Amino acid sequence: MNPLALIGHTFLEFLAATGRLGHFTSRSISHCFRRPFYWSQIGRQFVDIGYFSLPVVGLTALFTGMVLALQSYSGFSRFDAESAIPTVVVLSITRELGPVMAGLMVAGRIGAAIAAELGTMRVTEQIDALTTLSTNPQKYLIAPRLIASTLVMPLLVLIADIIGVFGGFLVCVYRLKFNAANYISQSWQYLEFRDVTSGLWKAAVFGFIIALMGCFNGFNSKGGAQGVGAATTNAVVTASILILVSNYLLTGIFFSGK
Amino acid sequence: MTETAHPDHQPKIELTGVHKSFGEKKILRGVNLSIGKSESVVVIGGSGTGKSVLLKCILGILHPESGNIKIDGKDVVGVRGRAKDKHLRKFGMLFQGSALFDSLPVWQNVAFRPLQAQGMKKKEARDLAIATLGSVGLSPAVGDLYPAELSGGMQKRVALARAIAAKPEIIFFDEPTTGLDPIMSDVINELIVKCVRELGATTLTITHDMASARKIADRIAMLHEGHIIWQGPKRDIDHSGNPYVDQFIHGRAEGPIRMQVRKV
Ligand SMILES: Nc1ncnc2c1ncn2[C@@H]1O[C@H](COP(=O)(O)OP(=O)(O)O)[C@@H](O)[C@H]1O
Ligand SMILES: [Mg+2]
Repeated sequence: MNPLALIGHTFLEFLAATGRLGHFTSRSISHCFRRPFYWSQIGRQFVDIGYFSLPVVGLTALFTGMVLALQSYSGFSRFDAESAIPTVVVLSITRELGPVMAGLMVAGRIGAAIAAELGTMRVTEQIDALTTLSTNPQKYLIAPRLIASTLVMPLLVLIADIIGVFGGFLVCVYRLKFNAANYISQSWQYLEFRDVTSGLWKAAVFGFIIALMGCFNGFNSKGGAQGVGAATTNAVVTASILILVSNYLLTGIFFSGK
Repeated sequence: MTETAHPDHQPKIELTGVHKSFGEKKILRGVNLSIGKSESVVVIGGSGTGKSVLLKCILGILHPESGNIKIDGKDVVGVRGRAKDKHLRKFGMLFQGSALFDSLPVWQNVAFRPLQAQGMKKKEARDLAIATLGSVGLSPAVGDLYPAELSGGMQKRVALARAIAAKPEIIFFDEPTTGLDPIMSDVINELIVKCVRELGATTLTITHDMASARKIADRIAMLHEGHIIWQGPKRDIDHSGNPYVDQFIHGRAEGPIRMQVRKV
């Protein structure tokens, strides 16, 4: 094919996909705020997305905090700035690494699971069956996942923050022989409320992105097992990229002053 | 071609000139079909001729590009909101692959509509589910299993129970016997006939199983290349005088219907 035509075709395809996603997003959000609400579905998603992600997110946060302390030490000890390590750890974790690492891990776990589940429901006609049973599939399947994921991610990230900071603490105190009481007081010293809240806002946005990409790809998948596989991959890849991009944009918004 | 079954009554379902395509692919090219109240019509036709698409157009899951679909005399193409709810409440549908919700136990599948869409109490919904399971020959213990734990034949029966649980006026059966052994097929056919008789429902069944068609149908219609090419009472099927129908009911590879095996 003519390369120019190919570029043009790809660009148009991209615009069309963006339009479809926009339409899907606005409809899905409006379903989140209109009755009926499927409370048991929402509760179930809270457990699936939040509770069962705890081990993965906790481990990720722990090791991220630990390696952060180790790396900072090897860098900062070159110019006797070890005392800055607690601050570096706590700020990096709460502002960036907590939400981003948790977001990426949950995107892999939940984005994929949502896409595979909805994709399978699509190809086995379960979504059509919902319609024939007088139940709006967007309301029953998508709204609960969006609501639960958006609300539960900040909680997960708060826990990840605590575990991550604790990981840094472990390395510094037990391996690098810092004084424990000093480490804790230094951690608090420069920490501001909004360092934590900005991370939690990010987490909510990431949670929304993860569920949205899982739902969009799964709900619109077609063509049997292969289609479901493609939907799953797309859900994880697009969610991860959107998390990284929106993370940059949100950081710009939150900390534009300094 | 557009003979009406009961000219003096209003048909329950009436399709005129229904067209549906996916991209370049024209699936339905002007389907005309009318089904009287409490009548049982069977649509036969080869795989991929758009039989399932036809059902989905009537249900409003797919939107035809042109043509009219009337239920009880009311046009239903593109209905939304309340009107769509009301429209769907008339229907029960048995899907080709059963389409049971595998995250829910059997009884919640059967009582899905009363439970989720009509706000029935759990206790009451469960009793309804157990009773409906009984009417398709399944014991109450099945109610607590999950769909994945059932055999294909049992899944079909659960799906049948789900389709009839809310006592719909119209029931669609999409290939109810495909993939089942001949004995289980006959069990399903018997159940369909029995349930339909008890409910007095209007039914549209899709199949390519002639034994099933002969058992269930009052009237048979054949869909080929997007048109209803023949329809008539069940007793006429063996001397339809239509070469397409003859080839289909005798399952011959030679005839006017050419399977496109060379393409692709
Ligand atoms: N949602 C859809 N999108 C695109 N093509 C479809 C869709 N549904 C059905 N088709 C196509 O329409 C044709 C008829 O499908 P179907 O009605 O399922 O056949 P059957 O008569 O075996 O039930 C098939 O070629 C199928 O690929
Ligand atoms: Mg079909």
